[in-house]
Amino acid sequence: MNSKAANNVATGVIYLLVTAVVGILIFLLGYILITGVPHVSIHFITSAAESFRAGGGIRDQLFNSLYLLVLTLIISFPIALGSGIYLSEYAPHNWFTGLIRTAIEVLSSLPSVVVGLFGYLLFVIKFNLGFSILAGAIALTFFNLPLLTRSIEESLEDVPNLQREAGLSLGLSRWKTITGIVFPAALPGILTGIILSAGRVFGEAAALIYTAGQSAPTVSYTNWNPFSAASFLNPMRPAETLAVHIWKVNTEGVTPDALQISSGASAVLIVVILLFNLAARFLGNWAFKKMTAAK
Amino acid sequence: MQTYSFDQKHIIHIPTEKALTTENLQVFYGDNHAMHDASLEFPRYRITALIGASGSGKSTYLRCLNRMNDAIATVKGKIIYRDTNINSKKINVYEVRKHISMVFQRPNPFAKSIRENITFALRRNGIKDKQELAYRVENSLKSAALWDEVKDDLDKSALALSGGQQQRLCIARCVAMKPDILLLDEPASALDPISTAKIEETLKELRKSYTIIIVTHNMQQASRIADYTAFFHMGHVLEYDKTEKIFTNPQIKATEDYISGNFG
Repeated sequence: MNSKAANNVATGVIYLLVTAVVGILIFLLGYILITGVPHVSIHFITSAAESFRAGGGIRDQLFNSLYLLVLTLIISFPIALGSGIYLSEYAPHNWFTGLIRTAIEVLSSLPSVVVGLFGYLLFVIKFNLGFSILAGAIALTFFNLPLLTRSIEESLEDVPNLQREAGLSLGLSRWKTITGIVFPAALPGILTGIILSAGRVFGEAAALIYTAGQSAPTVSYTNWNPFSAASFLNPMRPAETLAVHIWKVNTEGVTPDALQISSGASAVLIVVILLFNLAARFLGNWAFKKMTAAK
Repeated sequence: MQTYSFDQKHIIHIPTEKALTTENLQVFYGDNHAMHDASLEFPRYRITALIGASGSGKSTYLRCLNRMNDAIATVKGKIIYRDTNINSKKINVYEVRKHISMVFQRPNPFAKSIRENITFALRRNGIKDKQELAYRVENSLKSAALWDEVKDDLDKSALALSGGQQQRLCIARCVAMKPDILLLDEPASALDPISTAKIEETLKELRKSYTIIIVTHNMQQASRIADYTAFFHMGHVLEYDKTEKIFTNPQIKATEDYISGNFG
C-alpha cells in the first residue's frame, strides 16, 4: 500500500470513529430530550412531588440539587484553591508532594458509591448529622476536591513563568505576585474548572443516596431562617436531589406517571448540565477577552 | 572548540563612582559550577554590556545581581551595593529588587491594561495618590519612548501591543519604580531591527539617570550603546574594559577571536 492510500484509510477510520462518538452522543441526548421535554411544563417545575397520585412535579428536588451544589462549592472551592496554589506555586518536587499528587488522583477515581457509604458511616452515623444536605455536601466535596484542585493547579501552571519573574523583579513578594498577577491571569481557566465540576456534582446520585437521603420533606420557601426545620435553607434537613429522584422514581416509584416524571426530570437534569457547560465556555471566553483583548 | 586559558585575564578597575561591585561571585546549579569567580565593578550612570557565547554564564551572572537566581541556584561571593553585601540571607530581597530592577529577554507585560501594568507594583508598594500615579505613568512611558504611541489607549490591554512596544512597556514598568540600576537580559533579541533601534535609543536616554547593565548577543549593539563591556567565556570573565578598547584593541586572545568571529 502506498503512503497516499494508507493516509486515506487512516483518515477514513478516524472519521468513522468520530462519527460513532458523535452519533452515540446525539442519540442519547436526543432520546432523553424527545422522551422528556413533552412532560416538562411550568407546573412540573414549580410543584412538589406526589407520592401516590399522578401530576407531581420536581420543584423541591431541583432546588435541593442547586442548594447542595452551592454548599458543596462553598466548602470545596477554598480548600481546592489553597491546595491548587500550594501544588502549583510552592510545592517542591520531592517524594512527599509526589505522594500528595498520587493521593489526589486516587481520590478522583474513587467510586462515588464508596464515597457515599463512607459519608454515611462517618457523617450520618458517627458525627450524627443524620441524612442532611450538609452530610451530602461534605460527601460531594470529597468527590469534587480532586477535580477542582487539579483544574486550579493546571490553570495556575498555564500562566507563563515570565509573569512570576516580572512580578518578583519589580520587588513584589511571592504572595503578592500570586494574588495580583498569576491568579487573575489564571481566572478564566479556574472559572471553567469550577463550572464543569459543578455539572458533575449536579448529576451525582450514588454518593447522595446515603448522605443527603432519599426524601424531600415539605419546606417553606418563605421561611428564610436557616435554623428552622421547615426552612428551605436549613442545611440539616434531608434532601432528595434531582438525580436521586430519577433513580428512585424509576426503581420504586408507585405513581401512575412515574415513567413520565423520570423522563421529564432527566430532560431537566440534562438541560441544566448543558447550561452549565455553555456557561463555562461563555464565562471562560468572556473573562479571557476582558483581560487580553483590547476593549 | 578551541580552548582558552582561564588564567589570563584583563579586568580594569573603575576610577569613577561605582554603582555595584561583585567580588568572587560564583554560581552553582547543583553540582554544576556555572560561574567562576566574577569580580566586576559597574560605574554609575553608564551602560555596561555583558557579551559572550551562549552558555558563557552572562545571563546567570546578571540574574544574580538582583537575586533572581535565589530559588534555582547557589550563589557565593559578594555583591556590594551601597557599601552593603546584598548577597546575604539577612537582606530583604524584595527591597533589593526595588532598587535593582530587571527587564527580561521576552517581553512579559501583565495581562492587564497598559496603565495597570505600570501602576500595579506601585500601588502594591503603597503609592495610592492618583496624581502621583498618573505622573509616574506618563513619565515612565515618556522615558521609554512609548508615550506618544499609547497615550490615548492607556486602558487597553497591554497584550494588544506589538512585541517592541511590550518590551518598552516592560522598561517603563521598571523605570516607574524609580530604581537605581536597570538589568536587561537580551532585551532586544526577540525584536525586529526597528524595535531594537528604539530600545537602544531609549537606553541611551535612560543612561543619564540610571546605571544600566545589559546582556547582549549582538556585538554591534554592545559597541553602539555600551560604555564598558565585559567578555564572558565558559563561566569566567576574561576581559573587562572600555567598550572601544574591547572592540579595537582586546588584550585577551579569546575576546579577540569572539569579536572578530573566529570563535569556536
